Amino acid sequence: MGEGTARPDPGTAAIRVWRDYLYVRSNPAGWTTENWFHRAGCRRYFTVERHTVTNAVRDSRRPAAQTRTHDAEGISAGTERGPDAGPQ
Amino acid sequence: MLSRLSSRNGHGMRARYSAFNLVRYGIGSGEWPRVWRDHGLKASYDVIIVGGGVHGLAVAYYLAADHGITNVAVLDKGYIGSGGSGRNTAIIRSNYLTPEGVRFYDRSVKLYERLAGELNFNVMFSQRGHLTLAHSDSSLRTMHWRAEVNKLEGIDSEVIGPQEIKALVPFMDTSESTRYPILGALYHPPGGIIRHDAVVWGYARAADALGVHIHQNTEVTGIDVTGGRVAGVRTDRGSIAAPVVVNCTAGWSTLISDMAGIDMPVTTSPLQAAVTEPVRPFLRPVIVSGTLHIYVSQTDRGELVFGASVDPFPSYSMRGSLEFTEELAGHILELMPSLASVRLLRQWAGLCDMTPDYSPIMGVTPVEGFYVDVGWGTYGFKAGPVAGETMAQLIATQKTPELIAAFGLERFARGALVGEKGAASVGH
Repeated sequence: MGEGTARPDPGTAAIRVWRDYLYVRSNPAGWTTENWFHRAGCRRYFTVERHTVTNAVRDSRRPAAQTRTHDAEGISAGTERGPDAGPQ
Repeated sequence: MLSRLSSRNGHGMRARYSAFNLVRYGIGSGEWPRVWRDHGLKASYDVIIVGGGVHGLAVAYYLAADHGITNVAVLDKGYIGSGGSGRNTAIIRSNYLTPEGVRFYDRSVKLYERLAGELNFNVMFSQRGHLTLAHSDSSLRTMHWRAEVNKLEGIDSEVIGPQEIKALVPFMDTSESTRYPILGALYHPPGGIIRHDAVVWGYARAADALGVHIHQNTEVTGIDVTGGRVAGVRTDRGSIAAPVVVNCTAGWSTLISDMAGIDMPVTTSPLQAAVTEPVRPFLRPVIVSGTLHIYVSQTDRGELVFGASVDPFPSYSMRGSLEFTEELAGHILELMPSLASVRLLRQWAGLCDMTPDYSPIMGVTPVEGFYVDVGWGTYGFKAGPVAGETMAQLIATQKTPELIAAFGLERFARGALVGEKGAASVGH
């Protein structure tokens, strides 16, 4: 599913903000936080921290329950809500 | 056009490649002169081009040859052609799906056709035909769609059936008993392959002769922007001032645009390729199968060059993988079972800067003087000449040429995407 991005409110977002959400990615050469879907296995959504040059993975966890932001604080807050947070 | 060509030819190379000079340097005494020179960094240039691949060098060459702008530097963090220009599978074609794409790539084929004479460098362009196989009704329908768009734009392109395919490629299994039987193909006779290193070297040599400075092993570490205008670049060899900076860095283009504060709708993914040991010539056209995710051609030396679709997730890693090789080999054998005993020599990967609509991003940016020629995904090499010509025209005239008007960065904010489903045929 790719890089985690913050989804603006579709009802109020300016069109440029919405299109940036659709298309613009930070595409770093280094550590990045992504949302993955394990299609061929457990069919769960999860969050991965992966290095895009070495493909090393340093963390994977259930996604934050109430936010899709890739802001690190938001994700750790989501993790603290417990293992049943589940995919949105 | 011809007069412009002859004026390009008259720029006095220091050692023209000719039969006379071959005898003079081959049999007589003396060594061939250096093909391009090394220079110290100047404090300023009129134009700085970041990325010394076919795109960057072509922009530099056409700036000098067409517009007389010669105070130009091309910077590359490695050696010229070390990125996508030396890693692609060297396929040239123009049978795309959108009219914008077809017109654009057709101009590139035309420029490639006369490139060897223009640059006085043998680029070994071999127009041996290009076949895009259809294994399903829906892909056959898309082939018909592409053929009709191509014909309207004056491109030699048509759909042919299994018997005609068999006549062109006798070693191909066109029977109905395969896992994915071949129903037909889009046949594009002007398509073919080229020696990609020679294109890079030819542009570099011609640009150097016109006064362009090529700086290899010079990594850009920052871009200076003041008051919304580009002011220059910082490199690991020192700073350079310039009113115009052009980003021609393909897979790394996000990182360079970030330095100027420009967000890009781009993700970088590796694309893997492989080459076999040489065998006697048996395969004339280039073969592409979207269903099997492969393309294959035979070089003039007899090696088979294979390419695949991009890896399934973004990465800046250029390592190959065993899964890729196994899958590729299996799919090649579906088409040509007699290749089972041919050995692979090596595999590699290049980085593709993929855009949401499989079309490039070319032209101006919100930072004045900072231009992009990026988003080249899996189709950048074949566009090198036309991208160089149009970007040079844009920089020299400050007017966006008609051919690239559809490919501007602002199309994403406007929602005017150019869905190029004819791109690479295998990536999606």
